[in-house]
Amino acid sequence: MRLEARAVTKRYGAHTALDGAAFSTGDDARVIALLGPSGGGKSTLLRVLGCLLVPEEGGITLDGRALPHDEDGALIERRGNGFVFQGYNLFPHLTALQNITLPLREVHGMTATQATQRALELLHRLGLQGHEHKRPSQLSGGQQQRAAIARALAPKPRLLLLDEPTSALDPVMTGEVLDVIRELAEAGQSILLATHEISFARKVADWVVFLAAGQVQESSPAAAFFTQPKTELARQYLEGLSKYR
Amino acid sequence: MLVKSTPQTPRALWAVLMLLGLSAGLYAMFLAVDYRWNWSGVWKYRAQFGIGWLTTLGLSLAAMLVSVLLGFVLMLGCRARREPLRMLSGGVVVLVRGSPLLVQLLIGYYIIAEALHLGQPMLVGIVLLGAFHAAYLAEIFRGAVESIGASQLEAARAVGFDKAQTYRFVIIPQALRRALPGTTGQLVSLLKDSSLLSVIGIEELVQKVKVMNAASYAPLEGYLPLAAAYLIVTLPLAHLARRLERRFAYET
Ligand SMILES: Nc1ncnc2c1ncn2[C@@H]1O[C@H](COP(=O)(O)OP(=O)(O)OP(=O)(O)O)[C@@H](O)[C@H]1O
Ligand SMILES: [Mg+2]
Repeated sequence: MRLEARAVTKRYGAHTALDGAAFSTGDDARVIALLGPSGGGKSTLLRVLGCLLVPEEGGITLDGRALPHDEDGALIERRGNGFVFQGYNLFPHLTALQNITLPLREVHGMTATQATQRALELLHRLGLQGHEHKRPSQLSGGQQQRAAIARALAPKPRLLLLDEPTSALDPVMTGEVLDVIRELAEAGQSILLATHEISFARKVADWVVFLAAGQVQESSPAAAFFTQPKTELARQYLEGLSKYR
Repeated sequence: MLVKSTPQTPRALWAVLMLLGLSAGLYAMFLAVDYRWNWSGVWKYRAQFGIGWLTTLGLSLAAMLVSVLLGFVLMLGCRARREPLRMLSGGVVVLVRGSPLLVQLLIGYYIIAEALHLGQPMLVGIVLLGAFHAAYLAEIFRGAVESIGASQLEAARAVGFDKAQTYRFVIIPQALRRALPGTTGQLVSLLKDSSLLSVIGIEELVQKVKVMNAASYAPLEGYLPLAAAYLIVTLPLAHLARRLERRFAYET
């Protein structure tokens, strides 16, 4: 896919989280990593790109098509995306299975049988057999996050958006979840990933968008970004993060 | 043979002991003031008592239905995007909560219902009583809905739910559990407040008992069965609420 942002500005009250962010990827970017220091605007940009937030100024085009700014259009757009957040965000009153089947039935018009079949297929694929009927509070963090990934994947999204999907997990669980994401990437799923896991991004991403202070500092093919960052800021960021790993 | 001691037995035992203690205490106090019981006078009016009880029960149930529905609508109004809707709902809630039910009943029945030519005190009473408690319920519901975190709302948007679906599948099921204790308390208050409807000429239980006491020259006899008649409804209600709460319980 080709993702393009033109002068995107998004404010939270007086605070400008995205300040004219602009970038464009190559024509066949498939796994795009959003990198950058904390508070730089990664989560905000990810939400704008996924139509969860509408920017005050500027706009996004995806494969040449402008993303809608009205609520109804954004809803339709969101229904074609899959989201996974840092805090899992499963519905606590529903079991893992119900978390997946409910949107399939109510949003994507599947029958109960179809939805259950699809949900079980994904839960099993993500290693959650035996946990289908547990509520989120009865699952470990890694299991919750895998259930959340299953929920996001269930309607076969064009684009899977992941916002620091492992930052609330311990190293073992992080490994589990990163394995899943890597398999998805290798299977051809289009992914947009905001992360601090640099070495993981290096392995799976084919495009990198580097953000700091609400602006895109650099947008390059991953190979080029990791070997020859163009900006001083990106170079320092990579050095700082690779110090201890 | 030893009595099998389940955790239930000591509780039941304590309950019986406390009830006995309470009865003994009350009995002693009636003795101390040298109260002359006259149950025969009251017994004659048992049919009237039954009618009063059914009236109270029926109109309270109807008013509960009104209060829950209207409370929900008012809560939605308080959260509406349109400013005038929010102002209207917020204003109704503040006015109704801030003034006595007695005044609302008198003005509502003798002025407003009169002006609109609504002759039926029962219907008007049910609506007024329901509306009064709806204002309280609206606040209880609003608190419960607003306690649903932003991340849940975002998750609902992320899976593609529209506004109505978000309420139906995410907000209401989670808010229900949090609103349950407050709602039960409010419905119990409603039941007790129903006695005020006598001011607009409805012969509900309390009014019947007053008439009965006066007619049988027994100043207090009617009130003990009266308390029991209320408790017969309120205790199971509280019990039911506790059971529902446990059924909805899940950790967040
Ligand atoms: N809901 C909000 N209300 C107010 N300010 C916000 C909100 N969300 C984000 N911000 C602010 O916007 C800026 C960008 O936030 P964002 O979450 O996009 O950063 P980030 O790059 O994802 O950071 P991190 O790596 O820590 O997740 C930050 O300064 C943040 O404080
Ligand atoms: Mg973030």
